[in-house]
Amino acid sequence: MSLTSAFLAIVRRDLLLAFRRRAEMANPLFFFVLVVTLFPLAVGAQPNLLQTMAPGVIWVSALLAALLSLDGMFRSDFEDGSLEQMLLSRHSLSILVLGKIFAHWLVTGVPLMLIAPLLALFLGLQDTAMSTLWLTLLLGTPMLSLIGAIGVALTVGLRRGGMILSLLVLPLYIPLLIFASNAVERAASGLPVTAQLNILLAMLSLAVVLTPWPTAAALKMSVN
Amino acid sequence: MDLSRPALTAKNLSCSRDERLLFSGLNFELLPGQLLLLEGSNGSGKTSLLRILCGFRDADEGELLWRGEAIGDSDYFSEMAYVGHADGSKRELSVAENLRFALAINSPGHYSIDQALQKVRLSGFDDNPVQTLSAGQKRRLSLARLLITHNHLWILDEPFTSLDKGGVELIENLMIDHTKQGGMVILTSHQDLSLQHLDLQRIHLDTCH
Amino acid sequence: MSIIPAAVSRFFHRTASSPHFYALADRFIPWLLVIFLVLLGFGLYGGLYQAPADYQQGESYRIIYIHVPAAWMSLFIYVLMAIMGAIALIWHMKLAEVMLISSAPIGAAFTFIALVTGSLWGKPMWGTWWVWDARLTSELILLFLYLGIISLYGAIEDKRSAARAVSILALVGVVNIPIIHYSVQWWNTLHQGPTVGKMGKSSMHPSMLVPLLEMAMAFKFYYGVVVLQTAKLELLKRESTAQWVKNLTETSE
Repeated sequence: MSLTSAFLAIVRRDLLLAFRRRAEMANPLFFFVLVVTLFPLAVGAQPNLLQTMAPGVIWVSALLAALLSLDGMFRSDFEDGSLEQMLLSRHSLSILVLGKIFAHWLVTGVPLMLIAPLLALFLGLQDTAMSTLWLTLLLGTPMLSLIGAIGVALTVGLRRGGMILSLLVLPLYIPLLIFASNAVERAASGLPVTAQLNILLAMLSLAVVLTPWPTAAALKMSVN
Repeated sequence: MDLSRPALTAKNLSCSRDERLLFSGLNFELLPGQLLLLEGSNGSGKTSLLRILCGFRDADEGELLWRGEAIGDSDYFSEMAYVGHADGSKRELSVAENLRFALAINSPGHYSIDQALQKVRLSGFDDNPVQTLSAGQKRRLSLARLLITHNHLWILDEPFTSLDKGGVELIENLMIDHTKQGGMVILTSHQDLSLQHLDLQRIHLDTCH
Repeated sequence: MSIIPAAVSRFFHRTASSPHFYALADRFIPWLLVIFLVLLGFGLYGGLYQAPADYQQGESYRIIYIHVPAAWMSLFIYVLMAIMGAIALIWHMKLAEVMLISSAPIGAAFTFIALVTGSLWGKPMWGTWWVWDARLTSELILLFLYLGIISLYGAIEDKRSAARAVSILALVGVVNIPIIHYSVQWWNTLHQGPTVGKMGKSSMHPSMLVPLLEMAMAFKFYYGVVVLQTAKLELLKRESTAQWVKNLTETSE
């Protein structure tokens, strides 16, 4: 079977698995909404304050929700031996890993995108910023999965890898956070955001090309 | 060495884990039709050796050659298959779905999925989710995977666990068929095996130092 | 690897052999220590005593003689770690692994020192103990990168796997450092945050610059001393059952 069909097979498999475990799928989503809700409760519900904070709050919450969903990426395959079978496949592990990451994004990143308008509503984000919010999430959530995959691959063999995963992955998320939240902020003020979006696109391209290799190498190490 | 003939050669392999030397100076050559049985007490390094043979771990010293080349540089991984302690099957997927996936990430072998299921006596279980299978049935599913993919070398870690007498006989027959067709098998086992009809080498890891 | 000529390989393998390295380190450490102390003496004397007070900041600027070299070291060590990580991954060289993990706590310490001294520097100027200055923020993120490496290594039981893991992590980190640095710098200009000390190298008077460079060199030798000591210890830990370690403990009695 060719590389493309192997890639598609793994995407299909992971989507099927996610569907069969669909109760779990909603958790990161609930977490996202919950965290956003915490902010007005903590800092008070003044509309101006919330509106100013909205881009940053939505993005930090999306980041944390993505972090929460990362653990499931390789854990099940690691525990039932499927990961070992993938390592032994004649196809490059990097491509199979890319397939898994793609499926992970479809299952965890896309829902975050879809629920963002609701959260924009909660925080009073300006209408002018909505499409930019969507675009930053469209470009950013795949990066969350791609970069996060490296951290998951390094910690999947650890019993309580969750805390270390956060420590490893959050610093790497920072550039994305800076540019994405800034883009939404500028859009809220009606300013042009092409530069920021271009930078996000560049970062995404870099991530797609550069992250599968360390992820595959880390998986080989974890399976050791 | 006849490079066109599949052969696994191990030269001077050694392995330590957590600063304990498990084995060293391990040599063997495995040719078509042969079977290698790895024996040793628990902790003697059987699992580590298998993991080296699967390429999951590098040996501390020595080399492993397939058709005369280092396993990393050759087609080794397209020509071998592994069944370990864990089944390598997804619980939420059906028997057939699992096998179809295995086929998608490897090259097809001698048997179709239906034929393989028949051979391991799981015909009719196509649509059963793996989580509804018994331990023995799950093990047989792993064996079906060996049949549907293209491979010369089978590496089996304790293949007889969870199997009743019928199951043990089934595996032995599968191994006999495989080696008759020019295949090779490496396995570890606690149990005393008969395996009379086969060209058998034995390595006792406790003696490799 | 066939691209390396055999003689070079052999040299590498010999130097990288653990007992050989251990003995070599023992010979080097005293010299490095002496050079460190000499450079430190010159640097501190030049910086704290000889160099004139700054026109704008008075005497409080003198903390740069610790802050700036520490910040340089924090970056320098991380880059070294990434190089050692690459060597460890490509050539499976245990010595590279050992040097990598020995460098991590030293790099983290320098980062911490840079943060503390940076914060101390900011206090007289801005009145607060912490400012979200671009460089300080980058240093803080760098500290997390270091802590990640140290935590990951500690969490993985099999030290060979742990070494591979941190090698990969160090390489991933080093690629990210420029990205993080420029993002944070850009972020800082947006909100026009405060800057802790605009001490550009080119605009510095030689009497201020020379002690700075002496301190920078001194810190490098300090790193040399500590990393070799730590590497010796780590090597003993990882090879505790080897014959040469047993010989060492026997001869010392």
